[in-house]
Amino acid sequence: MSDLLDRKLVFVTGKGGVGKTTIASALAWLAADRGRRTLVCEVDAKGNLADFYETPPIAFEEREIAPRLWAMSMDTEASLKQYLSLQLKLPLVARMGPLAKMFDFVASAAPGVREIVTVGKLCWEVKERHYDFIVVDASATGHIIGQLAAPQAINQLVQVGLVRQQTGWMLDILQDPATTGLVVVATPSEMPVSETLDLTARLRDETDVDLAAVVVNRVLPELFGRGEEEVFERLDQPAPTRLIEAEVGGPVGDLMQAARLTVSMRRSRTEHLERLREAIDPSVPLLYMPYLFFRSHGLRATHQLADALSAELGY
Amino acid sequence: MGEGQPPAEVRAESIEGLLASKEIVITCGSGGVGKTTTAAAAAAMAAVRHGGKVLVVTVDPARRLADALGLEGLGNTEKRVDPAAFKSAGVRPRGELWAAMLDTKQSWDDLVRRHAPDRETAVRILTNPLYQNISGKFVQSHDYIAMERLYEIHSGGDFDLLVVDTPPTRNALDFIEAPRRMADFFSSRLLRMLIAPYQSRLVNMATRPFYQVADHILGSQFLEDVAEFFILFQTMYGGFVERAKAVERLLRDKRTTFVVVTTLEAAPVKEGEFFIKVLSAKGFHLGALILNKVLPDYLLDEALERRAANVCDDAPVLARIDGLAEAVEADQEQLARVLAEVGENFRNFAVVARRQAGLRKSLQLHPEVVASVPEFEGDIHDLPGLLRLGERIWT
Repeated sequence: MSDLLDRKLVFVTGKGGVGKTTIASALAWLAADRGRRTLVCEVDAKGNLADFYETPPIAFEEREIAPRLWAMSMDTEASLKQYLSLQLKLPLVARMGPLAKMFDFVASAAPGVREIVTVGKLCWEVKERHYDFIVVDASATGHIIGQLAAPQAINQLVQVGLVRQQTGWMLDILQDPATTGLVVVATPSEMPVSETLDLTARLRDETDVDLAAVVVNRVLPELFGRGEEEVFERLDQPAPTRLIEAEVGGPVGDLMQAARLTVSMRRSRTEHLERLREAIDPSVPLLYMPYLFFRSHGLRATHQLADALSAELGY
Repeated sequence: MGEGQPPAEVRAESIEGLLASKEIVITCGSGGVGKTTTAAAAAAMAAVRHGGKVLVVTVDPARRLADALGLEGLGNTEKRVDPAAFKSAGVRPRGELWAAMLDTKQSWDDLVRRHAPDRETAVRILTNPLYQNISGKFVQSHDYIAMERLYEIHSGGDFDLLVVDTPPTRNALDFIEAPRRMADFFSSRLLRMLIAPYQSRLVNMATRPFYQVADHILGSQFLEDVAEFFILFQTMYGGFVERAKAVERLLRDKRTTFVVVTTLEAAPVKEGEFFIKVLSAKGFHLGALILNKVLPDYLLDEALERRAANVCDDAPVLARIDGLAEAVEADQEQLARVLAEVGENFRNFAVVARRQAGLRKSLQLHPEVVASVPEFEGDIHDLPGLLRLGERIWT
């Protein structure tokens, strides 16, 4: 179960709003905490990742934000320049303004061009062994396949040229399950679960990238144990309630109401969890993250979820 | 928590008033906040209360909601929601509710057929390998096509009210800027520069190194494919740019309004505030703010929270109240556990509710109409559910 942190490159995706960035930050934090030189990279630059580490805005240049933890924000143009000058040893190109613009243009038309620059940079970091572990706060479920399948798409569209020559080694990295994996984050509700299932099917059909884990975020604690729900049902009746109210000196109806809300929220979530559990290959770990009542944002949340991940991974 | 009074912050204006006075309502907000459901609920309510023909256009509805609206496998056609669905929900609507999905590929194909100078060019574009890839994935193609289709439906004159759900975008406001960007794209100097050598076979000395490097990196065959595609696409330039401008005019029209939907969590609120700021800065009409999945107000009651703390701390004492354990058929230990959980649960959610209240306060300063939707127990996936939600935002 602990092989997640033994990979080199982990993409974290999920439907918008499920806490993809939270999980990516926590995973990177955990890896760094466990001694790995870790890079965390945000791909859709909404600038949220920095919030989860309480650090100033993150740039394309990697910055060490905590011991053994570096952070960067993907910038396709900067990445292209770095790629051209480092990888292809074409220093002059980096200064060619129109080329960057043209790239932007071609990238608008040819799917995969922008993506391959993103994926290429990350694969390159793996190849150069600058880090032990790279976590990518990747695109949402709708776009992730396009990103992961970019090298194949480029292979089909571009027949010759330097870009074409670069796709081979990238595919080697992406398709090796010991190196690369995809983590899908979902919450126990209808759309995130459906999107997760659609995505895992597409991952199988359209790429050779391995599904490393499914993280179920914001799982409500079980309120009542075996037999206790029936006790609660009988408690939430006029006569027993009056007995308690006499003792605590005021109405407690809304206390019961709140418990009822939690019970039914949890019940509807359980249905979706079941659907997920049944459809996901049993060999893929399902990691459950608790609903955070007190702080759902910021470094505190990152710490708590890193602890939860650690426990779920059996450390 | 279906009961309770409508939230106090609803002002003189209301969603009801907004839907009565506008012809196009566009919901926007961060992913996962309930845009689709809110759009469908608002449209259903308008059809029930105001009457007329109301159309909801959704991008990516949950499967069960799509089923409930009869949208399964529909593609781009508008379809009337079965009146029997209203009847079984116990409602007699004054008007008709229609629904449609957005099929990006289909919409692009239609657009090409409309703007290509002749059939032959249209076919050449539609069969171009790059176009095949692009129609699904073009720059903000999703965003643009959503707005384009909105224009198409509106100018068809078949509906009294259109409620449109926006696609999840990488950059929150891409869809607003999409029409202009599309126009800019086709009139760009770079596009002309890129296709020039393939049109004239004459490359001047100044730009030659540029093409040499480009060739080196991407390969000339690929560049030729790209160029051919753009050359073909340019034949549609005039019609396309005109159209994009018309779409933008419609978005700025007085009959169009934007509704920002958000849940009360840090990240969606941040995005919601960004929407509000940009919409007003760019002169679009911000009609309302809808706060979704709001926890009940009683969680903010301090006296109640103290009682919850008491129930928690004194659970073993309370469990010994004369006759209580017998009344609930439990032993005292079990009863104490249940009581402690009830208290604990309230205190947990009271913290969340307080955080929500803080975020609500900062958001509420902006638009005239603010409506809250309570956290419902399960997903909303049928017409009665939509109407239940609709009732909560209506007045």
